[in-house]
Amino acid sequence: MISLNINGVQREVEADADMPLLWALRDILQLTGTKYGCGIAQCGACTVHLDGQPIRSCSIPVSAAVGGRITTIEGLAKGEELHPVQQAWIELDVVQCGYCQSGQIMSAVALLETNTNPSDADIDAAMNGNICRCGTYPRIRAAIKRAAELKRGGKSA
Amino acid sequence: MSAEGNGATDNGRRQFLIGIGVVAGGTAAGMALRPWLVGAADVNRPPADFQPHAFVRIRSDDTITVIIGKSEMGQGVYGSLPMILAEELDVDPTTVQVEIAGVDPAFNHPFLPAQFTGGSMSVMTTYDALRRVGAQARSALLAAAAEQWNVDVVTLTTDSGVVRDSRGRRLRYGSLVDAANRLPLPDPTAVTLKDPSTFKYIGKPQRRLDSPIKVTGSATFGIDVMRPGMLTAVIARPPAFGASLRGFDATAAKAVAGVVDIKAVPSGIAVIAQHTHAALRGRDALVIDWDIGSSKSLSSEGLRQEWRALAKRPGLVGKNVGDVAAAFRSATRTIDVEYELPYLAHACMEPLNAVAEVTADGCELWLGTQSQSQDARFVAEALGIEPSKVRIHTMFLGGGFGRRASAVSDFAVEAALVAQGVGKPVKVVWTREDDMRGGYYRPLSFNRIKAAVGADGMPVAIHHVTVSKPVLANTAMGKMAVTKEGLDPSTIEGSADMPYAIPNLRVEVHNTREAVPILWWRSVGHSITGFVTNSVIDELATLAGKDPYEYRRELLKEKPRHLAVLERAATEANWGQALPAGHFHGIALQESFGSIVAQVAEVSVTNGKARVHRVTCAVDCGLAVNPSQVVAQMESGILYGLSAALEGEINIEDGRVVEGNFDSYRVLRLVDSPAIDVHIVTSGGPIGGIGEPGTPPIAPAVCNAIFAATGERIRRLPISKSLNA
Ligand code: FES
Ligand code: FES
Repeated sequence: MISLNINGVQREVEADADMPLLWALRDILQLTGTKYGCGIAQCGACTVHLDGQPIRSCSIPVSAAVGGRITTIEGLAKGEELHPVQQAWIELDVVQCGYCQSGQIMSAVALLETNTNPSDADIDAAMNGNICRCGTYPRIRAAIKRAAELKRGGKSA
Repeated sequence: MSAEGNGATDNGRRQFLIGIGVVAGGTAAGMALRPWLVGAADVNRPPADFQPHAFVRIRSDDTITVIIGKSEMGQGVYGSLPMILAEELDVDPTTVQVEIAGVDPAFNHPFLPAQFTGGSMSVMTTYDALRRVGAQARSALLAAAAEQWNVDVVTLTTDSGVVRDSRGRRLRYGSLVDAANRLPLPDPTAVTLKDPSTFKYIGKPQRRLDSPIKVTGSATFGIDVMRPGMLTAVIARPPAFGASLRGFDATAAKAVAGVVDIKAVPSGIAVIAQHTHAALRGRDALVIDWDIGSSKSLSSEGLRQEWRALAKRPGLVGKNVGDVAAAFRSATRTIDVEYELPYLAHACMEPLNAVAEVTADGCELWLGTQSQSQDARFVAEALGIEPSKVRIHTMFLGGGFGRRASAVSDFAVEAALVAQGVGKPVKVVWTREDDMRGGYYRPLSFNRIKAAVGADGMPVAIHHVTVSKPVLANTAMGKMAVTKEGLDPSTIEGSADMPYAIPNLRVEVHNTREAVPILWWRSVGHSITGFVTNSVIDELATLAGKDPYEYRRELLKEKPRHLAVLERAATEANWGQALPAGHFHGIALQESFGSIVAQVAEVSVTNGKARVHRVTCAVDCGLAVNPSQVVAQMESGILYGLSAALEGEINIEDGRVVEGNFDSYRVLRLVDSPAIDVHIVTSGGPIGGIGEPGTPPIAPAVCNAIFAATGERIRRLPISKSLNA
């Protein structure tokens, strides 16, 4: 048994220590909001936070997450209140198929934790590991800026 | 499509089907707290429902549900289609629930005996039917209210789910359900439709309704499906096209903890396990003896050399206008050039997958598919059961782009065969490498074009010989579409019927038969012909010493809709005016799927790398039902095409696919994504598609800009391969 702290809850997982965190989340804990896209840290669909840092859950073993705080897309909203990044995503109609968006949002949230007013270059750097095949990049860029505004106390539309 | 023709039962009410989905709540600033997508929980409907047609259900508690048979792959059908029905029903579309339909002829594509989402046709082929069904339901509710109040129906009006009379009385739709059920249904072909100038919703931007569940991770894609007792499988697939299995040793694989069973299926060796990780480890431990077979010598480079020779020989005539030979004899200047495009993978963000459960009663499948009826038919054939025993649950698609409209239902059939005899549901997951190496690409294409201009610099002739494996011929549509001479329209769409005025035009085709499976890839033939013809037009403009935009204007002067789109794109992009230092414009226009799209790309080239800064796009799709999603689909199509143009290529060596994952099959990332401005041109023309037409113009627009920047003409994609450092 491996014990993981996920979205503030301690969860027991029956998995080999070398199982990628992604499969433990998806297949065992049924937290399927975190997606599989490549398995080799190329696409970012599997992005979660470990102690606030964005990581590619496909490429770290579950054992490496023991003792840390894991946040997944399911843990982002506070009850009914969505995270400003999620709100901005809705406001600007970012999603299309939506498959990449959990990962995009987790990367964006991490960026805004450390940078309250990211420039285009900051966004390029923070989001470079997240692929979207539906072409939502221009809206992701705009929505990150909008989310930054919301976080700084802007009104939501 | 007549709404009545959908197998109406004797009492005039559709025997409807049960949808499946997730009950999902979503909130955000500005989003109501309510379930939007409904499914299994909805099965035990109270009898008080009023369901005049398979598409809509009204409940006594005022819940209005629109049942959608089209697949949602990002293109926004779960928003646009309900909007059309809601308009005529006179309810706010954002208050309507969406239910994902099962498989039923009521949801068939009007041109095909099948439930199918593709060809950018969802809105254009359902618009009339959805309006009529909405109007029929509204008319029935009005009649019920008129009866209740004992007034003439013409004195009544509706507004946002309420019937009103001239004295200010109101009746909610939900309160009329029982009465409406007792009255005869109005004839949907005879109902009065709204005058479009009075539309409240159609034509006005509406936010996506699936955002809340997609930003919280609660939308269920095929790969997310969980069933009680479900196992997960991966398949060891042949390493080369045409390879076959000689034998395998599963001893070590079976010893992997979590592996439950190993079995051979037609597509390879399935490793069935408790979870994906065990399945993958089990697969790694398999010892397999493959016979690579005849495709050992197959390579994309080899094909290209063969096809270069083939392109010099006469092919099947796809189009012949005027007399190209005579025109060349009298031409002032000519070009003789070769254009090449690589195989391309769709690379949907969600790798292929399907969940299947096979029991004595039949087979149940949960998957993201664009092609439900065919999947059901092929699965039934593979299992030797009746198609009616196959039940399909359509999930959200993590991208489709044509790949999830498999001509052979590969991922559905395979899952059913893996699950057969297991006694539990099995999810078959394709790894990214499985997905990318599994075939069904946009065809490799080799083109030879001879073209000429006359003394005035305008084109006198284009002779285009194209070589590729035909797409439609390799699908169920082949029977309908391919001529008896073997001409497949997908090989000449967009070239034989290009809108540019070319007095002498001859298009010839060589159909190839290599072992590489091919399939429709967003915009089918148009991303190929759009690149070739728009590049050639640019080459001719250069030959004539004319501005490529003015040249196109001249060639489109008899086509007012095309001209308006071209001019809009150029004007919005400030064509011809000063750009930042080192930036250059290129332009292209393609008509596809009933819509006309022109794009201007602003590009700079440094050290052999092209950078696209901005794309200005104009689109005429007749009617933009939800303009904000028309804009989104243009952005999407542009970036999908740009990704392919810049870096996309699938190469075959020794029968094997070289690229396997996003480290080798490079796709566009945010840092290289241009700003995009989309302008909708309202022509009042017939409704066109929006899912695909954004893709074809971008590659030539960018390559034409590269030519403007460097004088280098890109005649082979991807650009990264051709552009001189
Ligand atoms: S699945 Fe982890 S980065 Fe792609
Ligand atoms: S929204 Fe489809 S991959 Fe990003």
